Amino acid sequence: MLSVQEASLSFGGIHALSELTFEAKQGEITAIIGPNGAGKTSLFNIISGFYKPQAGRVFFQDQDITHARPDKRAALGIARTFQNIALFRGMTVLENIKLGSHSRLKSGLFDSGIYYGAARREEIALRNELERDVIDFLELDHIRNLHVATLPYGLQKRVELARALALQPKVLLLDEPVAGMNREETEDIARFILDIQERWNTTILLVEHDMSMVMDISDQVIVLNFGKQIASGTPKDVQNNPAVIEAYLGTSAKGAA
Amino acid sequence: MIIGEYKTDYGQDEGIWNTWAKKLGFVVALLLLLLIPFIGNDYQLLMAGQIAIFVIAVVGLNVLVGYTGLMSLGHGAFFALGAYTTVALHQFFPHLFPLITLIISMVVAGFFGFLFGLPSLRVKGLYLAVATLSANFIVLFFIRQDWLEHLTGGRGGIETPNAYFFGTELITNQQKYFLIVPIAIVMFLFAQNLFRSRFGRALIAIRDNDHSAEILGISLFNYKLKSFVISAAYCGAAGTLWAYFFPAILPEDFGLNMSITLLICLVAGGMGRSLGPIFGTILILMVPELLKMGAFYFSEGNASAQIYFSPIRDIVFGLMIIGFLIFEPMGLVSIWDRFWRFINRWPFAK
Ligand SMILES: Nc1ncnc2c1ncn2[C@@H]1O[C@H](COP(=O)(O)OP(=O)(O)OP(=O)(O)O)[C@@H](O)[C@H]1O
Ligand SMILES: [Mg+2]
Repeated sequence: MLSVQEASLSFGGIHALSELTFEAKQGEITAIIGPNGAGKTSLFNIISGFYKPQAGRVFFQDQDITHARPDKRAALGIARTFQNIALFRGMTVLENIKLGSHSRLKSGLFDSGIYYGAARREEIALRNELERDVIDFLELDHIRNLHVATLPYGLQKRVELARALALQPKVLLLDEPVAGMNREETEDIARFILDIQERWNTTILLVEHDMSMVMDISDQVIVLNFGKQIASGTPKDVQNNPAVIEAYLGTSAKGAA
Repeated sequence: MIIGEYKTDYGQDEGIWNTWAKKLGFVVALLLLLLIPFIGNDYQLLMAGQIAIFVIAVVGLNVLVGYTGLMSLGHGAFFALGAYTTVALHQFFPHLFPLITLIISMVVAGFFGFLFGLPSLRVKGLYLAVATLSANFIVLFFIRQDWLEHLTGGRGGIETPNAYFFGTELITNQQKYFLIVPIAIVMFLFAQNLFRSRFGRALIAIRDNDHSAEILGISLFNYKLKSFVISAAYCGAAGTLWAYFFPAILPEDFGLNMSITLLICLVAGGMGRSLGPIFGTILILMVPELLKMGAFYFSEGNASAQIYFSPIRDIVFGLMIIGFLIFEPMGLVSIWDRFWRFINRWPFAK
């Protein structure tokens, strides 16, 4: 479905990813874990096209997208959320969500400028669909017309999830969707992610530090350290893998020193 | 307590004139525009025509600067391209239908907008402003060339044609008003509509955060350039109407000075707001006229006293703009917003 082959990405002397190979299977939730700076966000960046790897390839449904522009990848059905929320702060929740469906829509310059006709029909159809599949689904009804800048952090993260979902993505990349959330909010998001998987059979990649959530919902776990894959398998396999324990303890020991 | 707007379906919610007051305001404005040519004198119609033409250009600039967040100091050049395309076309086809001229001018200006918009794919902000600055010099350079003089009139300027509308030559300001203002209204509504659906939303997204926009599937290449093309085409259209409206044009009419005036109109009115260009243009074009009248009044018609007043007028105008930016940094529309907020809540609260 989605695979990365021997991808390397470095910034100056820092090797964010070195010859990383991995694959996400259709309809599965694949969690990517690893200590801070392991290269998880970098992996998302080369999949969504934010950065191009210096070596290696990225494949989506057997198509080589290594050099495709980010907007082309979105059109193929790859959506993501950001570790640091990247919403359009001046816009309302609804406007943000509508933007998520940009590449599915058709109205061009003249349709939009004339508005009455194609563009209006499309807007109304879109609105109905988003209300049902995104806004109701993620329980955002009460805030749809508020500006995102006024929302608390947890809700902003949820709006970002909604915006990604508005693409009706085939692959959904979630970068720390529950970071900074309390227990209850985390459980809500975990439930939403499982629902998305079940309802649309979406392939989901999840970067998350919340281990109990990762272990609860993922089908496959990949562990990165220093830009390399050090382990992979079911949550249970990974939990008991000595290399993983070492990587985590290693960093926390360093952190304590 | 403020009672929210009540709507029964999402289609209504998508509506632009979602309060009765706005609907009424639009109708009143249209009636007023219809009345002006019958009650205004020739001087007032001159001002009205000039304002309508400028509004078209500023509306175009607003698409680029206000909504897409890309800077330009070169839009006077596209205005010039429209005006000179019109003059040149009429040398070959003296009775060309004005709307055809208009469209050709828009295409020509749009094409140059595309070329001068290319730097926007690499640079932003001040750098882009400097890159677009070159449009003024390059375009005027060619207009002034001797080998193009037979088309452009070169340095000395050139007389402009009048528009022929189904056999009638549009000569008086009143006749021209009926050509210019409907075009201005249609172009204004077109630009305003853009921001009700997919296309305009993409432009605003680019303004707010271009990286996120691209990740969501918005092609920066495509939309930034289209925004340049649209705004240049609007200025081209304004140029055509300008050529029809005034008896002659000079290269100096358009250069950097005009580019800056267009920007000032936009900033004074409110960037990224649909009514901004209208308010801003009226303010910036009317105030110097009012100051002129004021000066005339205070000098009691004395010519030599008026000469002393003229620099004072410029200073007062400059101070006004500065004061305006300090007290209404979001432009005149913010006063308008406060007015409507008051009206909307009127029986309930202040
Ligand atoms: N734009 C950049 N410029 C320079 N270095 C970068 C850049 N992006 C990432 N890096 C570096 O690459 C390495 C991997 O970063 P990345 O953000 O992928 O880690 P991560 O696994 O997402 O970490 P975290 O859990 O803290 O989010 C880090 O050392 C980071 O400092
Ligand atoms: Mg990260």
